[in-house]
Amino acid sequence: MEILVILVPLALMLGLAGLAGFLWSLRSGQYDDLDGAAWRAIADDEPPQEAPAKR
Amino acid sequence: MQFTRDFSHYVRAAGEGLQHIDLAVEGVHCAGCMAKIERGLSAIPDVTLARVNLTDRRIALEWKQGTLDPARFIDRLEELGYKAYPYETESAEVAEVAESRFLLRCLGVAAFATMNVMMLSIPVWSGNVSDMLPEQRDFFHWLSALIALPAAAYAGQPFFRSAWRALSSKTTNMDVPISIGVCLALGMSVVETINHAEHAYFDAAIMLLTFLLVGRVLDQNMRRRTRAVAGNLAALKAETAAKFVGPDEISQVPVAAIHPGDIVLLRPGERCAVDGTVIEGRSEIDQSLITGETLYVTAGQGTPVYAGSMNISGTLRVRVSAASEATLLAEITRLLDNALQARSRYMRLADRASRLYAPVVHATALFTILGWVLFGASWHDAIVTGVAVLIITCPCALGLAIPTAQTVASGAMFRAGVLLNSGDAIERLAEADHVIFDKTGTLTLPGLEVINAADIPADIFELAGRLALSSHHPVAAAVAQAAGARSPVIDAVEEAGQGVRATVDGIELRLGRPSFCGAEGLVGLTDDLDPEASIVAFSKGPAKFILSVRQGLRPDAQAVIAALKARNIGIEILSGDREAAVIAAAHALSITEWRAGVTPADKIARIEELKRRGVKVLMVGDGMNDAPSLAAAHVSMSPISAAHLSQATADLVFLGRPLAPVVAAIDSARKALHLMRQNLWLAILYNVLAVPVAISGVVTPLIAAAAMSGSSILVMLNSLRARSRAREIV
Repeated sequence: MEILVILVPLALMLGLAGLAGFLWSLRSGQYDDLDGAAWRAIADDEPPQEAPAKR
Repeated sequence: MQFTRDFSHYVRAAGEGLQHIDLAVEGVHCAGCMAKIERGLSAIPDVTLARVNLTDRRIALEWKQGTLDPARFIDRLEELGYKAYPYETESAEVAEVAESRFLLRCLGVAAFATMNVMMLSIPVWSGNVSDMLPEQRDFFHWLSALIALPAAAYAGQPFFRSAWRALSSKTTNMDVPISIGVCLALGMSVVETINHAEHAYFDAAIMLLTFLLVGRVLDQNMRRRTRAVAGNLAALKAETAAKFVGPDEISQVPVAAIHPGDIVLLRPGERCAVDGTVIEGRSEIDQSLITGETLYVTAGQGTPVYAGSMNISGTLRVRVSAASEATLLAEITRLLDNALQARSRYMRLADRASRLYAPVVHATALFTILGWVLFGASWHDAIVTGVAVLIITCPCALGLAIPTAQTVASGAMFRAGVLLNSGDAIERLAEADHVIFDKTGTLTLPGLEVINAADIPADIFELAGRLALSSHHPVAAAVAQAAGARSPVIDAVEEAGQGVRATVDGIELRLGRPSFCGAEGLVGLTDDLDPEASIVAFSKGPAKFILSVRQGLRPDAQAVIAALKARNIGIEILSGDREAAVIAAAHALSITEWRAGVTPADKIARIEELKRRGVKVLMVGDGMNDAPSLAAAHVSMSPISAAHLSQATADLVFLGRPLAPVVAAIDSARKALHLMRQNLWLAILYNVLAVPVAISGVVTPLIAAAAMSGSSILVMLNSLRARSRAREIV
């Protein structure tokens, strides 16, 4: 059962890493536009021919 | 005179030589729009950031300082086919956003702690029936305490604060029993752990917080979204005023940038955006948004004008006394203050439930402890059992019963075009059994319409519309809009106070007063025209026509009134307008109860009278004169075109031309209240089943956790059940 000494802290570390990731994503505004982010993921890269302005 | 558009009020410095502006946009629905706008704006040289927020329908723009005029972005978006306007975040919205982030952080912490404590609890539960060593169990309990205590201290803040606020004002709310339950469960678990006991309730306490936070986050998100939409709508109204920046130079500035003492120009056909006094010029003004009266008032030097009045004929110079309704008619302010005080006395369903619930639960726990002591149990065992009763009855399901139903209902209302201003509006709206409508701008549309368009040949009507484009008069604007005119007649001349004339192919066209067109004879012939309509004449050579222009009823007003009657809801009209105009509307909608020429104080008196009879009044109104009665009524609604003050006072705001959202909102609210009651009963039923088990002292942490999550999920699912039905209706 000595393995617990390693496994339990390891599990906690993983959980804390997840929490830190969540808090970071919240702080960097990733939940501000959930609808837009869903679409951005599948949007095409900017096609070069449309880039120049019309005027 | 020179005109410029000045948006500098909205531009912020973003550091490093950059400037920032936020725009609200209309008509952004999909990824395509998003890409189109971002590319279109990024293509402008010196723009460093153009990012669309699809959820809030806004654009954040940054560019190199001093290189671009913000007006250019708005023009560019116009070319792309989107209407946009800068907006300024209100403090209320900032607070909502901060609150929603805080709740999400709490939820993150609580969810993390729940998962990890559960990971430690499951071995303990299974170890208790097999061969776990007491030392290992203690180790797991201490670890659980290490995770759960700080997490609960952080994630429990929303509940502890709210409970403390309630207690310090000597009332109670649902958060009081929740906080007591969580604190006792954690405290007892620590004591039990110190005493090497078999059971600890860290998992139950932190799981309770997680479930409740899910409900809070959902509720808060819906509120934040509503607030964002309302903010955009306010911005897109694009209220500006023509401010004198020099003796003869005018700048079109946003209302937010106008200060008392400034002088603004009010041209014919413009809506005044400020309060002030006329210092020069003569005109007729339409004050229907303020008083409900549709007859025009003559304004000259010294006449006070209020935000929301429409200038009809002449040009006025106005000295600003207060920008955007900071001061109001003193009478309305006084009435409003009184009414708002009265309204704050309403007690929400959740608070009423907790007022009954908390004493019963706490008394049960106390009697359990005393009972066990009398039956010879030790004080320690008795207290453990008593706390178990508190944990099992901790109102997890009760705490979720109302927010989840409310979130579902406000989502359904949002889709139907109704925005919620206050959280408890749903409960109050569901109780409404009498609707009082204001006439002007509520039953009728705020704009003018041509009512006899069908009687006029289509080509003539179109020609009249094109000619009307050359005039600023609101009646002419209505004709132009009704005819769908796009290209104005060339060389049209406007004669002030008379009309417009032009010559096309050698034939003279005239649009204006009947006398201007030589059509006085026709006015007497058509006696079926109602008294409140404005008559305009149109002549093409010798041919003469009469157009009757008035505020039309909302397209579905009749159907809505019928639908309300079918729901057994009483209907009446209270209007500040003249009797003839009110009778006409009441007759058209077959409403038997109406009062005309009513002052704001009379409206309140009528509402109070109904209140005394036990009638719950829903007031629907838009004018500034309606604001006090909107506050006095049990619940209130305003169209989005309403005066600022009314919109801010109303519990709900509905969008668009139809009146149907009123019925849709009542239906959703009734369904939501039904659901809330059902949820409360479910929660109580759960308690009735669980409490005897807890009193008997056989509750283990496993049973507590299972019962708690079971009841919470049951309540959430019950609320979601309504969601699918709500979709079908919308």
